Amino acid sequence: MEYILLIISAVLVNNVVLVQFLGICPFLGVSGKINTSLGMGMAVIFVMSLANLVTYLIYNYVLLPLHIEFMQTISFIFVIAFLVQVVEIILKKAVPALYQALGIYLPLITTNCAVLGIAILAVQKEYTIVMSVVYAASIAVGFTLALILMAGIREQLALTDTPKNMKGFPLSLVTAGLLSLAFMGFSGIVK
Amino acid sequence: MGNLKYFTNGLIKENPSLVLVLGTCPTLAVTTAAVNGLGMGAATTFVLVCSNLLISLLKNYIPDKVRIAAFILVIATFVTIVDLVMKAFTPDLYSALGIFIPLIVVNCIILGRAEAFAQKSKVLPAILDGLGMGLGFTLAITLLASIREILGNGTLFDLRLMGENASTILVFVLPPGAFITYGLLIAIMNRIKLKFNI
Repeated sequence: MEYILLIISAVLVNNVVLVQFLGICPFLGVSGKINTSLGMGMAVIFVMSLANLVTYLIYNYVLLPLHIEFMQTISFIFVIAFLVQVVEIILKKAVPALYQALGIYLPLITTNCAVLGIAILAVQKEYTIVMSVVYAASIAVGFTLALILMAGIREQLALTDTPKNMKGFPLSLVTAGLLSLAFMGFSGIVK
Repeated sequence: MGNLKYFTNGLIKENPSLVLVLGTCPTLAVTTAAVNGLGMGAATTFVLVCSNLLISLLKNYIPDKVRIAAFILVIATFVTIVDLVMKAFTPDLYSALGIFIPLIVVNCIILGRAEAFAQKSKVLPAILDGLGMGLGFTLAITLLASIREILGNGTLFDLRLMGENASTILVFVLPPGAFITYGLLIAIMNRIKLKFNI
């Protein structure tokens, strides 16, 4: 039950993009087409779960015993950057098909503030290792959901005639605002 | 005088928030109150100036292949300093900004300036560029935060502007208000740019 609540809360109620404002850059950058959003979403689900697993281990077995919690930001960002590189190399050799699908999105993830943000949040909330990974995966699913919804809307918007100064970012942001308004309807389901 | 253009560049022409649209996460997230916007702006400006300074000093010593990692290390160091200082001296602001203080590390404005400017320029221009970009960012997010605070809460810098019973538009301090206000601000900026050909 605890896990179900955690998943619903992470995917819908506290949607990472539309409520918590993490990962806005890829959200605005990659949400032009449904196909690319799906690719980006899969890559984020994969990396985010892995990053939370590794940062959990680093925090609890290296930083805490040595009493150097203030190194959290530095160590986490390095671990994530390193992890993305390693995942890219391994996928290229081991699972070429998956690499073909995710390849171009992987380097982009290092700059995705959601990955670092969720790793820090999971530590702050003192989740257990399983909960931390489940939390990361559900957050990433929420990210994918927002990305695909946005891409669907933007594919339609691209065909419409809009004022010159609203083209691009302003229109995307206002659209995201309306989506966010819709997602507020979920608040209250889970505390 | 020649150096002044590095400073003014970031204020309007290449304003990081309103023109380049970088660093959107903190821009949207912390702008529920003008004080938070100002605090976030100050913290980011500090990190930006310090990292620009250090990177321009070290530019001849950082090998090209590992430069991104080196930049991130420099930035993360200053972010940790800001994090600890704010925790000690401004606990209220620290808890209001929350997770977005460590996330200054991944603010693309800072890495972007290191990569595009500081690593190939002299010390003084690098500092001025950092200061200009930082102030441009601060101005933009404080403006956004002021609009949201006035409309959503009826206050500005915690100063009550409207009567006790005046009804406010709550949605502006909630997440949707952030997206919509920010989008409209960029649209206004675009309009000004089109009109005056900046």
